[in-house]
Amino acid sequence: MGERVGLEVSLAVSEAVKLARADVIAAYPITPQTHIVEELSQMVADGDLDAEYVMVESEHSAMSACCGAAAVGARTFTATASQGLALMHEVLFIASGLRLPVVMAVANRALSAPISIWGDQSDVMSERDSGWIQLFAETGQEALDLTIQAFKIAEDRRVLLPAEVNIDGFTLSHVVEPIVIPGQEEVDSFLPPYEPQVILDPEKPVTMGPVGFPELYTEIKKQQNEALLGSYEVILEVWDRFAESFGRKYRPVEHYRTEDAEILINMAGAMSGTARIAVDMMRETGKKVGLIRTRLWRPYPFDEIRNAVKGAKAVAVVDRALSFGGQGGPMCSELRSALYPLAEKPVVTSYIAGLGGRDITVENFQTIVEDTGDVLANGPREEYKMIGVRE
Amino acid sequence: MAEDKPSWKEYPMAATIHSPGSATDQNTGDWKSMRPVRDSSKCDKCGICWIFCPDAALYMTEEGFYEVDLYHCKGCGICAHECRKEAITMVEEGE
Repeated sequence: MGERVGLEVSLAVSEAVKLARADVIAAYPITPQTHIVEELSQMVADGDLDAEYVMVESEHSAMSACCGAAAVGARTFTATASQGLALMHEVLFIASGLRLPVVMAVANRALSAPISIWGDQSDVMSERDSGWIQLFAETGQEALDLTIQAFKIAEDRRVLLPAEVNIDGFTLSHVVEPIVIPGQEEVDSFLPPYEPQVILDPEKPVTMGPVGFPELYTEIKKQQNEALLGSYEVILEVWDRFAESFGRKYRPVEHYRTEDAEILINMAGAMSGTARIAVDMMRETGKKVGLIRTRLWRPYPFDEIRNAVKGAKAVAVVDRALSFGGQGGPMCSELRSALYPLAEKPVVTSYIAGLGGRDITVENFQTIVEDTGDVLANGPREEYKMIGVRE
Repeated sequence: MAEDKPSWKEYPMAATIHSPGSATDQNTGDWKSMRPVRDSSKCDKCGICWIFCPDAALYMTEEGFYEVDLYHCKGCGICAHECRKEAITMVEEGE
């Protein structure tokens, strides 16, 4: 049933890629993602992983190489962060537009300037609309599991879209956690070899990515969007199948102590661990506080979010990214929009925290809940608050 | 007619083209403003126009002349420019 070991989360992601029997890995090192691809290159060099490891000169080339590899039918993986993801930007849209099931891990890190190698989620939020399936892990086990699942979801013929597994840089990528490494046979039976629908083949030539004239482009984008929306059901199926095989259950939205909760905190990623401790402490003092964690970010789980907030008086959304000049936090904007059509909906408050590697503490979450209580009592005020900023 | 055009469900995934060489079916010659006209009395059938045509829009007739395929010719004028006998004139479309 697999072996439980203490392992750095980055290396657990590499292990997942090895277990998934990736055919091609093309990557460029960038902090805090480097350990993932460093380990993979070692696995290939040692003969432990029968894959082509393509050394490239940039992330733009890494994603381009991944597209080429996926287009000939290879199971393809890359990993990046921050500026690297930003450099991939235009090619991300090509991967999704060409319906290539590339899998990528992103060790989330702040964007320059000023230069910051530390964690936040501004990198992935800038690629929110790139057409990729986007998942957030909280723990090392989840990072490993989601990576294996990502291949199965992406390669499903009803989906055929690239998928991204987000792990917070350093606070998740660089920590050592107890992680169950599944057996190769179990993974093989869960994830059979990729059977592509269309590939580049000189014996049977096709043109991928031709000109899309105005009379065609809208229909192709509709097709792509339907595939992304439709991936939701496939994701649920894959998670059910995963639970049968490995015993670990996954849902688009994770609930923690939400029963009878009046104030819910919503966030994604590793900070949820700290938030749980804060919830436990506040529960001990009689505060009715719960937590909903967004695991699936694209496609956005509208119904699950609407159901999750039922009965709550307020939802406090904590974003590790700032949408300049807008509503503040991208996750909060999405949640607000999802709740807008409801006749009865909770008050939504927005908080920005943990930018550029600043710690998010238990006290921060207590402050957020108190502040949301204040909004409930005294009515709305500013659109969002930046937590811990020195005025 | 918009209703005659395929729905999004009917297109191949990602607009992939499965028939090689299908560009020959496209009428790429309908937006030229000038078209080449050959004076057969000056033409010595050297074929330099055929060699230089960037769009392979010239073909050889049974008599050995190089005829323009106006369905694909975009009217760039390279054939007229390269012709050593000045046997090709670019004429305004509509004339």
